[in-house]
Amino acid sequence: MKSLSYSLLAGVMLTAFACKKDNYAPPSSSLTGTLLYKGDTVGVEYNQVPYQLYQFGFGKTGSIDGTFAPDGNMSQLLFNGNYKFIIPNGQGPFMWPQTPAGAPDSLSITMNGSQHINIEVTPFYMIRNAKITNSGGTLTANFKAEQIITDANAKGIERVVLFVDKTQFASNANPLASASINGGDITDPNNITITLAAPNVAPQKYVFARIAVKIQGVEDLLYGSVQQIPL
Amino acid sequence: MKKILFIALPVMALFAGCKKESEFLDIPPIQVLPSDVTFSDPALVLAVAGDLYNRQLDFSGLDNGWSSFTDFSESFPSENGSYFYVNRTGWDYSQWGVNWSDAYHYIRDLNLFIQRDSASKELTADDKKRFLAEGRFLRANFYFEMAKRMGGVPLILTPLDYDFKGDPSYLQSARAKESDIYDFVISEAEAIKNDLPADVNEKSRATKGAALAMEARAALYAGSIAKYGANTPAVSLPGGEVGIPSSKAADYYQKALKAAQSLINGEAGAYKLYQVLPNLADNFTAIFLDKSSVNQESIFIEDFKVNGGKTHAFTTNDQPYSFSDEGGDAGRLNPSLNFVEAFEKLDNTYAPLPTVDGAGNPIYYDTLQKIFAGRDARLEGTVIIPGSKFKGNTVDIWAGYVLADGSIFTSDNATNQKPLPGTTTPIQVVGNDGPIGGLELRTQSGFYIRKWLDPQVGSGRRGRGSDVAFIRYRFAEVLLNAAEAAFELGDMNTAALYMNQVRARAGLTIPLTTGEITFDRIVHERRVELAFEGHQLYDMKRWRLATAVWDGTPTSKADLLSNIGSATKKSTQPWGLWPYKYYNPGSPNNGKWLYKEVLPSPVTGVNRFQLGNYYSFIGDDVRSANPKIVRQPNQ
Repeated sequence: MKSLSYSLLAGVMLTAFACKKDNYAPPSSSLTGTLLYKGDTVGVEYNQVPYQLYQFGFGKTGSIDGTFAPDGNMSQLLFNGNYKFIIPNGQGPFMWPQTPAGAPDSLSITMNGSQHINIEVTPFYMIRNAKITNSGGTLTANFKAEQIITDANAKGIERVVLFVDKTQFASNANPLASASINGGDITDPNNITITLAAPNVAPQKYVFARIAVKIQGVEDLLYGSVQQIPL
Repeated sequence: MKKILFIALPVMALFAGCKKESEFLDIPPIQVLPSDVTFSDPALVLAVAGDLYNRQLDFSGLDNGWSSFTDFSESFPSENGSYFYVNRTGWDYSQWGVNWSDAYHYIRDLNLFIQRDSASKELTADDKKRFLAEGRFLRANFYFEMAKRMGGVPLILTPLDYDFKGDPSYLQSARAKESDIYDFVISEAEAIKNDLPADVNEKSRATKGAALAMEARAALYAGSIAKYGANTPAVSLPGGEVGIPSSKAADYYQKALKAAQSLINGEAGAYKLYQVLPNLADNFTAIFLDKSSVNQESIFIEDFKVNGGKTHAFTTNDQPYSFSDEGGDAGRLNPSLNFVEAFEKLDNTYAPLPTVDGAGNPIYYDTLQKIFAGRDARLEGTVIIPGSKFKGNTVDIWAGYVLADGSIFTSDNATNQKPLPGTTTPIQVVGNDGPIGGLELRTQSGFYIRKWLDPQVGSGRRGRGSDVAFIRYRFAEVLLNAAEAAFELGDMNTAALYMNQVRARAGLTIPLTTGEITFDRIVHERRVELAFEGHQLYDMKRWRLATAVWDGTPTSKADLLSNIGSATKKSTQPWGLWPYKYYNPGSPNNGKWLYKEVLPSPVTGVNRFQLGNYYSFIGDDVRSANPKIVRQPNQ
């Protein structure tokens, strides 16, 4: 009986004095951003291009990691405070500013409520005038690969690819179908055409298609926007 | 009488209590051996060294569990809890790293061992020298293991002590250059090799042979990182912590060749290839089982002893299902068809195992093993193929019947018998040892592992375990290291000489001419000779081939059967080869065997190796504690 009352008392006390005051509220300021080149979005692959946020002033140097969505967007819930934003070296189909020592240069962000940032990058190429059409079960993609970086850092095109998938995650990661042209076989970068027989996705009446450019010596592919193509 | 006692007691107490106050609690411990006592007796030092030997690091190790041998599509993991190996679409950047704090704890213990051994006055000069060399060997070998995983790491060569003054920053060291670690390994090996015994029969302790083998491998790794690192300029750091300038390649290759040649020429003892048994496949298997003095191939091993407290469960976990000593604890590691197809024909050419003829009709074989005939003996020495024997009995691998109309007639378990169409008596319609899609603990690729599998009675029992030793360095690898170094230096005659020795032992008696020694051949030879010995990942990393071979796109059947023998051949999903019995009583082929290439049903992911995977992630906690440690490239 006595032990029961003790445990009851303990239970009541635990409930009564449960930590309420000393818990932090969850982070509530939303940071969103978009990869942009002069106002045009830079498309990437799902879960492949990471970014890092550092909140300094706390002694530790670990980063808050995340990756960009296929349409170049990122979002992160943060506490208010000062942050630095970087994209690690060697990531993404673009150049991110570097310090003279070769470390990625950082973007300072002060969070005080939610905000949206434009993340300006310099891609090696941009996909322009992308048109993907279906005629009688043959998908035809036509676009222009505009070279943006033409100085000493210029890189050639390794291949251009058309990815087709049942979902909007049409990309290098296990696509349903794909067709590519090697960089050396491209005669006119201003007018590249890739054709591909549409895969059978019945009963679905449409596929998602996306153009990508693989740049020599760059791991991540540069993507155009995802297009839903009725079959 | 009583009076005397009364006087004597205080007097005695006075004398007994007469100890300096500061020494009052200074009592020698009785349960801990102080280091000066330990380092006065060679038997005690050996006990300390034994612990240090036990803490060496292996990628694949018999005491690391069977799954340390799987992955990379060289095998299929047939265990429900391990399908993630074939479900995932890539590797985390922290994969293959080490526990930083354990690693530097071990290095501190090695440094203390070296320091205390050097300070010892009671040990004989010979003992002292040998223990010192052993400590330095273990330390160098461990730094080599660290460099393979993470490139340059802080090179700590003395035990570090904190002064408790509140600022530990003087203990923070930056990462050494990757080349510095390799230079350290090479120079340590050179420095200690003559202090170690040149004894072929000493295998579980460091010997001159082990030092030379380590030196050759380390120099070869450094040379290839220097040479092939040029293909992936993104995989480098400005401080040289990752990446070695290509100008250093030739020098490293020369050092590798020199070290390997001094071992091959007998400077460290009469090491030679194991050529004992008349059957070449059995002979190849026996290299890994024979621990007697007949085996002069193994150089440095991690030994085990049944009833001696150190055994492993490799055989328990991987024995064929129907042979299991533990009723179903079996069959996890299944070599893939990707790997099996790599074995050459005896005329030195590559060809897929013929399952269909030119017109696409199945080829029917009289016996299960016939399809594998005329191949490199290492195939059957490494892999248990359908119809071959283990522990004297035939392994029962077949996936069911193929009927006259081409349909498959099988069951979901060998114990579930069914009558064949047109008959009434239920019979077994699938092999006792598999393969059945998705059924764990039996082969799902059509093969079982033979390398390291212990044929001793009772070796598959959990309680007894197996004491097959893990070979860390062996003579055939030294020959291949020498061949590769010579090839890279343009000395094709030497390369062919060493490579042909290894090949002849496997039954490939037509020697390769100097013109036939190519980079692809070197890559191929290491893959088939050194399979399941923990080399695959590091070889692919140092040649910078990993991103091409594990490119993240699915392996189709056409991919599987083409480009065999090419160094950049894709291998992202483990395939299997399933044998079927043909059932068509009216046909002359009735009862014969046919084969189908099958992608086991749990294989849904692909191997995708990214540039950031070349060097394992160093934890944020480590870099927070020591800001001098730079991040790996591409992560």
